[in-house]
Amino acid sequence: MIITAPRLTVRRLSCERDDRMLFRDLSFSAGDGEIWQITGANGAGKTTLLRILVGLHGFYDGEVLWHQPLAPSLLYLGHQPGVREELSARENLRYSQALCGQGGDPDAALEAVGLYGFEDVPAGRLSAGQKRRIALARLWLDHKPVWVLDEPFTAIDQDGVARLDARLREAAAAGTLVLYTSHHQVGENARRLHLGAAGARP
Amino acid sequence: MSGVWGAALRRELTLIWRAPADMVQPLFFFVVVVSLFPLGLSPKPALLALVAPGAIWVAALLAVMLSLDGLFRRDQESGALDQMLTSPVVSVVPVAAKLLAHWLLTGLPLALMAPLLGYMMQLPVAVLDTLMISVLLGTPTLTVVGAIGAALTVGLNRGGILLAVLVLPLYIPVLVFGAGVVRTAQDGLPTDGLLAVLGAILALALSLGPVAVALGLRISAGD
Repeated sequence: MIITAPRLTVRRLSCERDDRMLFRDLSFSAGDGEIWQITGANGAGKTTLLRILVGLHGFYDGEVLWHQPLAPSLLYLGHQPGVREELSARENLRYSQALCGQGGDPDAALEAVGLYGFEDVPAGRLSAGQKRRIALARLWLDHKPVWVLDEPFTAIDQDGVARLDARLREAAAAGTLVLYTSHHQVGENARRLHLGAAGARP
Repeated sequence: MSGVWGAALRRELTLIWRAPADMVQPLFFFVVVVSLFPLGLSPKPALLALVAPGAIWVAALLAVMLSLDGLFRRDQESGALDQMLTSPVVSVVPVAAKLLAHWLLTGLPLALMAPLLGYMMQLPVAVLDTLMISVLLGTPTLTVVGAIGAALTVGLNRGGILLAVLVLPLYIPVLVFGAGVVRTAQDGLPTDGLLAVLGAILALALSLGPVAVALGLRISAGD
């Protein structure tokens, strides 16, 4: 295994919400090509942790340090897929591409997530799983070095889970740092970060 | 950057176009409220002409404010707002595109409808162009200022009342000068000065407003 300089360093990160400590003194560093699985019970603060890491949530103690500028390298898929129901799959994906400066062929990406033939259907008429697949199609576009994915496996069928699993491993092998929340473990080498009542421990 | 602007503007126009109820509702509100005045007050032409500037402007102001409550809501619920805030694009660009699209499909129709309602309210024909220009200059300010309130209240479940409380005081100068311009024209006095004030308020709103909206959205996403 090649040792690389870390891309992300988190030091003594604590977050309190509604008078409840979500996690306390969380410290870890993550580098390129690593897969980090964040686990924990419902309400343990997994989503909040990811939102802190991508800079959406500002109420925390401690330090989050990205060693390279985050915004141009980030691919973030939140808890909600970010898909507008009035727009078709292709329109949604094209807009994400314009917004995030991510090149690549949208139709090929939609085909890769199994939405071939659904490109022009308004997302409102698709199922929850298909809507999530529209968002996940961004993983098949041009390379982004940091993936932060909140519950990417939710509402995805067995075949889709296998394909996504393979895609995450492929991306990590190509040097992408993948941080995701889910109970699904990707590969043998994924590192686990468990958030729990007893305090977080990597 | 221009690619983002074009893509964002196209997206916002498409979104409003595919949900035409959001577009028609403010216009419908505007027409109905103004049409109720002759029924409720009295059909006397002199009286209607007296209240017309205020009635039309109040109706336009409320129509814009009501249309803004949901401006960012669906983007927030769908997660599209988080996508925008984590993207490498300066959020002012998509925000400005959204405001422009919203004004084009709600504010502009109000301005085009205003002379017709003015005619119905017995305003002299010579005043109708001033009425339209005043609404044309005033509604973008109302949209931008209201969007600041909408951005700050987007995370709250029932932001409607709070939005009104936040935004209405800021709407008052536009209302005073907007209705004032029309009244001045009715009196046969020159209106250039008052229109210039409306234009100055618009310039201020356009230059600082989108930045404030973008910051408001970031604050709302924070918790």
